[in-house]
Amino acid sequence: MTDTTATASHFHAHEDHGHHDADHKPAFFQRWFMSTNHKDIGTLYLIFAIFAGIVGGAISGLMRAELAQPGIQYLQTWTALMGGAPDFDTALHMWNVLITAHGLIMVFFMVMPAIIGGFGNWFVPIMIGAPDMAFPRMNNISFWLLVPAFLMLLGSSFVSGGTGHGAGVGWTVYAPLSTSGSAGPAVDMGIFALHIAGASSILGAINFITTIFNMRAPGMTLHKMPLFVWSVLVTAFLLLLALPVLAAAITMLLTDRNFGTTFYDASGGGDPVLYQHLFWFFGHPEVYIMILPGFGIISQIVSTFSKKPVFGYLGMAYAMVAIGVVGFVVWAHHMFTTGMSVDVKMYFTAATMVIAVPTGIKIFSWIATMWGGSMTFKTPMLWAIGFIFLFTVGGVTGVVLANGGVDNYMHDTYYVVAHFHYVLSLGAVFSLFAAFYYWFGKMSGRMYNEFLGQVHFWLFFIGVNVLFFPMHFLGLDGMPRRIPDYPDAFAKWNSLATHGYEIMAFSMIFFFVNIFWSLFAGKKAEGNYWGEGATTLEWTLSSPPPYHQFEQLPHIGDDHSH
Amino acid sequence: MAGAKSHDYHILPPSPWPFMGAVAAFALFGGLVMWMHKVAYGAEVMGLGIAGVLATMFFWWSDTVKEAHAGDHTPVVQLHLRYGMILFIASEVMFFVGWFWAWFDFSLFPVALQFNEGATSIIEGPNTITHAAGVWPPKGLEVIDAFHLPLLNTLLLLCSGTTVTWAHHALLHGDRDGLKKGLWLTIILGAVFTSVQAYEYVHAPFPFKGINYGAAFFMATGFHGFHVLVGTIFLIVCLIRVYKGHFTPQQHFGFEAAAWYWHFVDVVWLFLFVVVYVWGGWGAPVHAG
Repeated sequence: MTDTTATASHFHAHEDHGHHDADHKPAFFQRWFMSTNHKDIGTLYLIFAIFAGIVGGAISGLMRAELAQPGIQYLQTWTALMGGAPDFDTALHMWNVLITAHGLIMVFFMVMPAIIGGFGNWFVPIMIGAPDMAFPRMNNISFWLLVPAFLMLLGSSFVSGGTGHGAGVGWTVYAPLSTSGSAGPAVDMGIFALHIAGASSILGAINFITTIFNMRAPGMTLHKMPLFVWSVLVTAFLLLLALPVLAAAITMLLTDRNFGTTFYDASGGGDPVLYQHLFWFFGHPEVYIMILPGFGIISQIVSTFSKKPVFGYLGMAYAMVAIGVVGFVVWAHHMFTTGMSVDVKMYFTAATMVIAVPTGIKIFSWIATMWGGSMTFKTPMLWAIGFIFLFTVGGVTGVVLANGGVDNYMHDTYYVVAHFHYVLSLGAVFSLFAAFYYWFGKMSGRMYNEFLGQVHFWLFFIGVNVLFFPMHFLGLDGMPRRIPDYPDAFAKWNSLATHGYEIMAFSMIFFFVNIFWSLFAGKKAEGNYWGEGATTLEWTLSSPPPYHQFEQLPHIGDDHSH
Repeated sequence: MAGAKSHDYHILPPSPWPFMGAVAAFALFGGLVMWMHKVAYGAEVMGLGIAGVLATMFFWWSDTVKEAHAGDHTPVVQLHLRYGMILFIASEVMFFVGWFWAWFDFSLFPVALQFNEGATSIIEGPNTITHAAGVWPPKGLEVIDAFHLPLLNTLLLLCSGTTVTWAHHALLHGDRDGLKKGLWLTIILGAVFTSVQAYEYVHAPFPFKGINYGAAFFMATGFHGFHVLVGTIFLIVCLIRVYKGHFTPQQHFGFEAAAWYWHFVDVVWLFLFVVVYVWGGWGAPVHAG
């Protein structure tokens, strides 16, 4: 019975009482809580990410409100609301809790679930011509583990974190603040949130790599794969190899905190800088984990709306591989002020700058794809062009910060905050919105409203630039990050930044109205609503695709373009 | 598109186990936090969580075995399982990289420490906290003799690597008797290794708490020991399945995965033996029996 030649007939016999046709959907509870369907799990991820994004975005609203003018405005009130002591130290701890929660939520519970879990799950199998992921059940636990992880993180706000309620350690969770500096269970809950979210991502990475290597349709060679699939493949390898190191690092935090070890405690021979090495060995690949799928998405969209294949396809694919590989050997540029030797600084400066080369290949290839193309400026394309423009700004400031010498001056200033928000909030998040508008009709079967989409784009674009561009000036003038108060000299730019936040938040109304309007009243989406520019396999299917697509596998011919 | 599928992939029906596993993980870690902070019923909640995780594993993998017997594991699905296991082991390797990193950080750039009667102090003087100011292992610390029980453990694990290969070849040649003997021996060798390790821990001349040597030693070897335990259980499950007649010379991926895992655990030990026990304890006084 386990002889491999006999399996095919068993297989079909077994399936017959399962699914009678491609569109047979399970009942509600089974469908959404016991799912083994990549599209449903992708939808769950997207809903989760939108919810987490609302929470994380609301927290940044609190931070911008506090920073709108010099002095401490609201922190003591918020502390009292959370049941904390109304003194100054507790209020400052509240600030640390806000920056920590904002960072962790946006990285682990918004960007990663949306871009890999959401769009990756939805479109990687379809784009390679596969009926589902390689491990459909494991796919579901990858999603469901995020829920307890998120609950752990949110729950930590209600228990003691030392000076006040919540984990006030920054998303980097540096020792010794996170060890001897934070008594109480909050930081332990934060650590376990990362453990669980990490396990979820590792399982997801195994699933994506196996799916992409083993489930490509006949003729879909690696060098014919859409660039979004390439981007998820590279990302999955980064997840697989980087996250376990974080797991080890935060396990050491845990034993230092609770079981008396001295990994990061110099009085027992330990080394706080060890934590920084381990964290950033994970943390630097992590930033590429957040942006690489965005690169893939932008490639698909720029190609579609230029009605041209991507310029320099192979260069684009291997540029992502190069970014992934080099991304593992640049981590200490986050640690230039820890007292490392000049030689080490020189190496990490040079290695970091090398990454600008494959990144430049990508930027120029996107521009070359548009060059001479028959372009249309629908909402997804606006986000994609916005991405290229703003990510380039963030990339250029990254090259500035890569200099070990310059970074002595810039380290932990708002210049750094401006830099990583340009590559993430204006990079990764722009690619998320681009993907959302690009594929919304494919996923839901209804078209989004073009007018609302474009209003959302322009208001968001103006808002985030007003919000984050002044931070460059604040940083150059010496305003430190992670501090709720500042000298009066910084008041004007901070006030402007908060107005930028207001514009950005206002734009989100158009996003949510658009979702609900489109879901109920949007025009029915055709199979390929973008026309001849959209050449990947999802456009050969209906919108939404059948519950199980590709029951007959597609064949990819030699003439297939990307 | 409608109609019967014509591919060999495994399209799964809905399953309750992933959701149950996530709920159990929440109880496990929530309970652990409660227990560490001495909240009432912490250990109980954690125990429920552990039971839930184990139950999830049992039911989930029981389903996997059933599906294998139902013929769902076509050649391409078996290939998925192989990729999945190799990638999982790759992530485990990176987990151990973290612990070795800590060990190398402490041993290559030692702080000037004095270890006396279970208490650690930093030696007074200029720059004593600066890296490379001290010696490794810390002054006053006695280490475990690498060429005593650790060497025995090395031989035990290497031996178990050969017996699991014996079992594998017996399985490939349809020799079920050899398969059983090889597996039994591997499991026994694994259990003896774990017992020796437990004995070594109880008699270790340095503590877990308060000194980096102890922290890095016990966590690195401890996580390895935990993996040996998991690997042993994995092999025991395989042995039970052998007695149930589950494996054929053509299809026995469950066994292969267990063997791969066992070899991985074996290789990690070789690195631990060389780096932690031999090189990492070099020059320090050896604890007498």
